[in-house]
Amino acid sequence: MARKLNLRIWRGDATDGGLKDVQVDVNEGEVVLDVIHRVQATQMGDLAVRWNCKAGKCGSCSMEINGKPRLACMTQVASFDEDETITVTPLRAFPVIKDLVTDVSFNYKKAMEIPAYEHPKELAPGEARMEQVDVERSQEFRKCIECFLCQNTCHVIRDHEENKKSFAGPRFFIRIAELDMHPLDKLKNRKRTAQEEHGLGMCNITKCCTEVCPEHIKITDNAIIPMKERVVDIKYDPARMFAGLLKREKRN
Amino acid sequence: MSGVFSPTRAKIKERTLRTDKWWLEPAITFGVLFSFVIYATFRAFEGANYYKDHLISPFYSPCLSQACVPEATLFGWTPVSAEIFNFALSPALIILIFPLGFRMTCYYYRKAYYRSFWLSPPACAVAEPHTKYTGETRAPLIFQNAHRWFFYAGLVFNVFLTYDAIISFKNVDGQWGHMSLGSLVLLVSSTLLWMYSLSCHTCRHTVGGRLKHFSKHPVRYKLWTLVSALNHKHQQFAWFSLAAVAFADIYVRQVATGAWTNFYFF
Ligand code: SF4
Ligand code: SF4
Ligand code: FES
Ligand code: FES
Repeated sequence: MARKLNLRIWRGDATDGGLKDVQVDVNEGEVVLDVIHRVQATQMGDLAVRWNCKAGKCGSCSMEINGKPRLACMTQVASFDEDETITVTPLRAFPVIKDLVTDVSFNYKKAMEIPAYEHPKELAPGEARMEQVDVERSQEFRKCIECFLCQNTCHVIRDHEENKKSFAGPRFFIRIAELDMHPLDKLKNRKRTAQEEHGLGMCNITKCCTEVCPEHIKITDNAIIPMKERVVDIKYDPARMFAGLLKREKRN
Repeated sequence: MSGVFSPTRAKIKERTLRTDKWWLEPAITFGVLFSFVIYATFRAFEGANYYKDHLISPFYSPCLSQACVPEATLFGWTPVSAEIFNFALSPALIILIFPLGFRMTCYYYRKAYYRSFWLSPPACAVAEPHTKYTGETRAPLIFQNAHRWFFYAGLVFNVFLTYDAIISFKNVDGQWGHMSLGSLVLLVSSTLLWMYSLSCHTCRHTVGGRLKHFSKHPVRYKLWTLVSALNHKHQQFAWFSLAAVAFADIYVRQVATGAWTNFYFF
């Protein structure tokens, strides 16, 4: 049974824009992306929205719904009160292109800056073996669908445009952690570059990335804090400082 | 104009469009932490009412000053003078830096006070009021990396406070085998302090988190899984242990001033 829903959609581009009110039919079981599509089909033929899978797996439909960064295809209309107006805007940390579509290329640039996995020379491709307990840790991080909701919510760049050049962001901290915890990865200075080049120290562990991750990856607890501790190991550990081990670590 | 109001971003004048009560959690955190700080400061400077009949307040243990009530000291060991530059120094002030430093640099409390006191950010997707932000990359916040030092100190303190809890199983005449409400209070607070330390992220890292190869270190892997389970509850242990320590101090103070009588179960 259809009912009417009050929706406010941000429309515009990089030069200007604002929230537009619309009323649209909504059926039982529908998600926010469904009603946006209905608005596009019936009232705003040129409404720009990015989507692909409608199953929470492609990470395309990231937007802000009532101010919260979420996937539109995984947000049930029924999770709001019936008389509530639902406001949808594009992600607010990235440059807007049109309507609900933003330019997320910042994230692809950052991805390229993270040094890749380095395979041990003595192991031919195909010879590598890993135990399940070692794989499990990085498996959590491999669930990432690159929706960039965490990147969008992180106040380090959301609230400070100038930090974008020096901060890789939570999505890439899980990538760094995954590689640093990889039993076979041979690259030596991941911890140091994480801190000195990718901006790990700028994170103040306020956990918003974890709060918004649709894959429920424990970004802060399982990647960022362990990486911060690994940085302490090589840079600030009391025992190692006294033992002079610091020098040896540096050479590594 | 920076942040969400930067020129390339979607033009929205509100700092946040969140419609839920996002301000409630930081407001409560602020209220509770602020009250604790006020109370702890008052108690730390009071320099009295911290010992009575084998009950010692956790704020004053270990009692290392010559100003300490003799029974409250560690076998009479008082290496610190009772005053400094002619000012009477409360014994709590000598040791306060350790538990204070431990909690201030705790990963959980950092989140709590960065959000509630510093509004950086006040809540997720709510624009923060600061124009500049460098995180924990420079002084003073780079000092947060000293958490590990305080973690070790915290373990030593837990030993002292556990010892205090054991001592409290004496009756007024110093005979063992008795238990009072006070012993229960100290036992609960020292146990919660152990849980708080054991669930710490540094502990999780130290026992196994720093390894690349779990499969080569089965014992440490097992320990890591145990600590990880506790670590999920670190936030709860942080609050419960704080409340328990505050209550233990209040209890001992009330007993020491004579306002309450310590009730003996047996
Ligand atoms: S925990 Fe760190 S990376 Fe995650 S949102 Fe907060 S500041 Fe950003
Ligand atoms: S870590 Fe989570 S929030 Fe971040 S990009 Fe991946 S799936 Fe999205
Ligand atoms: S459309 Fe693919 S995640 Fe929403
Ligand atoms: S005590 Fe909270 S993280 Fe260490």
